Amino acid sequence: MTALRLFFAPLALLLLLGAKPVLVPDVSQREIEIYYSFTGAELLLFGAIVYPDGEPVADGEDPADIVVVVKGPLQSIQLREKEKIAGIWVNANRMRYRSAPSFYAIASSRPIGDLVDDRTRAIYELGLDSMQMSPASGAAPDVQHRFDAGLVDLRQRAGLYYEAPGAVEITDGVLYRARITIPARVPVGRFTAETFLIRDGRVLAAAVRPIEIRKSGFERFVANAAEQHSILYGLTAVALSVLFGWGAGAIWRRN
Amino acid sequence: MDIYLPIANLSVNALIIVFFGFGVGMLSGMFGVGGGFLITPLLIVYGIPPTVAAASASSQVTGASVSGVFAHLRRKGVDIKMGLVLVSGGVLGSLVGAWLFALLQQSGQIDTVIGILYVVLLGSIGGLMLTESVRSIRAQRSGIHPRARRRRHHPLVSWLPLRWRFYGSGLYISPLAPLMLGFFTGILTVLLGVGGGFILIPAMLYLLGMGPTVVVGTSLFQTLFTTAAATMMHATTTKAVDIVLAVLLLIGSVTGAQIGARVAMKAPPEYLRLALAVIVLLVAVRMFLGLAWRPDEIYSVELS
Repeated sequence: MTALRLFFAPLALLLLLGAKPVLVPDVSQREIEIYYSFTGAELLLFGAIVYPDGEPVADGEDPADIVVVVKGPLQSIQLREKEKIAGIWVNANRMRYRSAPSFYAIASSRPIGDLVDDRTRAIYELGLDSMQMSPASGAAPDVQHRFDAGLVDLRQRAGLYYEAPGAVEITDGVLYRARITIPARVPVGRFTAETFLIRDGRVLAAAVRPIEIRKSGFERFVANAAEQHSILYGLTAVALSVLFGWGAGAIWRRN
Repeated sequence: MDIYLPIANLSVNALIIVFFGFGVGMLSGMFGVGGGFLITPLLIVYGIPPTVAAASASSQVTGASVSGVFAHLRRKGVDIKMGLVLVSGGVLGSLVGAWLFALLQQSGQIDTVIGILYVVLLGSIGGLMLTESVRSIRAQRSGIHPRARRRRHHPLVSWLPLRWRFYGSGLYISPLAPLMLGFFTGILTVLLGVGGGFILIPAMLYLLGMGPTVVVGTSLFQTLFTTAAATMMHATTTKAVDIVLAVLLLIGSVTGAQIGARVAMKAPPEYLRLALAVIVLLVAVRMFLGLAWRPDEIYSVELS
């Protein structure tokens, strides 16, 4: 019932407002629990585009496109750059970013460059080159650009940032779905799944759904213990190693 | 068999980690070293963050040294008085080491310093061991026994004030010498995740002039306590001890150590030392290439 009501609420709203289509998005998991065999997760983002007149596309109009962006919690980070000094590679330069997303995946029904212009991309942060990372140090534009590209490249190869043009499927112009894979290396915290409906280079509708990623059970217990009861945690680690070493010796001596 | 490491925040193949532990455990059983100098680089190459690797490796070394310490205690191969002096130095050293670690981490140079320390220490000690073992193998083949070196401590050691009697080691020297030795090893334990046996043993033999029967046992005694202190340091400062990673390593290494110890009884000691020298040198070369070659990643991220 709730689902139905959720589905029809925007419809009712539409009748009042007229004209604009509305998005009804959802994600397969609102919460992702990290447990011992966690190797990453696959999110299914799906939903419906609700048109005011019930017809997806009027004659002579282009079909609408869908862009889905999943972002991880923002992090304040320091990016270091290695340089060869006196024959060895050392960290020589650095750049601070106040809020770089720890994870960023963008999926679209067509390449994002074909859908909107650069200005719109910058406003909605669509695409790896349009992310807002708010560098904290005032560096020369070319240096800044070099660092930005370095960060994106690093995280792209770790599977933490990626673009998947064509990964959103739209059925009959009404239903859409996209799969986003989240690697095991993501930090825990609040992720967001944003969905954009785009037509003729304009964003017609947008909707956000939160996704919570957290450690569960034993993993959460260990992470909390290490953070909050560090002395006890350290003692446990030492006790375990002594026990293992002594135990193995005892077992082998008996045989 | 993938398993998620809650502190390293990534998932690893548990069997590979156990296998790493096993291989290093074999070596530590065979050669009487903790094996930290091998496990930390291996973990880093596998993709574990360097801090987590060093922190968790030290608890693996604790486990690897425990059974050795018990075995040596039973046959009175530990100079406990000497060991306690070394351990006190080691605990002080690990405090300084933790401070240095934080300082280097802040300035972003920790990886480079770890790399350089590895190259210098392993390169020089590996080189010394190689020449020594080759010389003794040659001497054995030619049938001439080299004249036994007269056991004596280094002149600098006898210059130090305040002398104590160490009956187990057969020494009458200043406790300041082993204290400083322990201190230096303690710093290395926190920085590199190593037990320091590969430095302690030659230093005890050639600098302090300790009796060879108690050298290995006393070194293991010092390793046991210093690595335990280093684990505590990491747990409270860097908070980078991954207990799941440590347990996986321990499972492998304690088993490997027992098998290695049995292999060692059958193999001739000169050849064992030669093999260890080659392994140590290989790790040194690998670490050197890591510093000199263009790294895969020019950029690295750290949370601030």
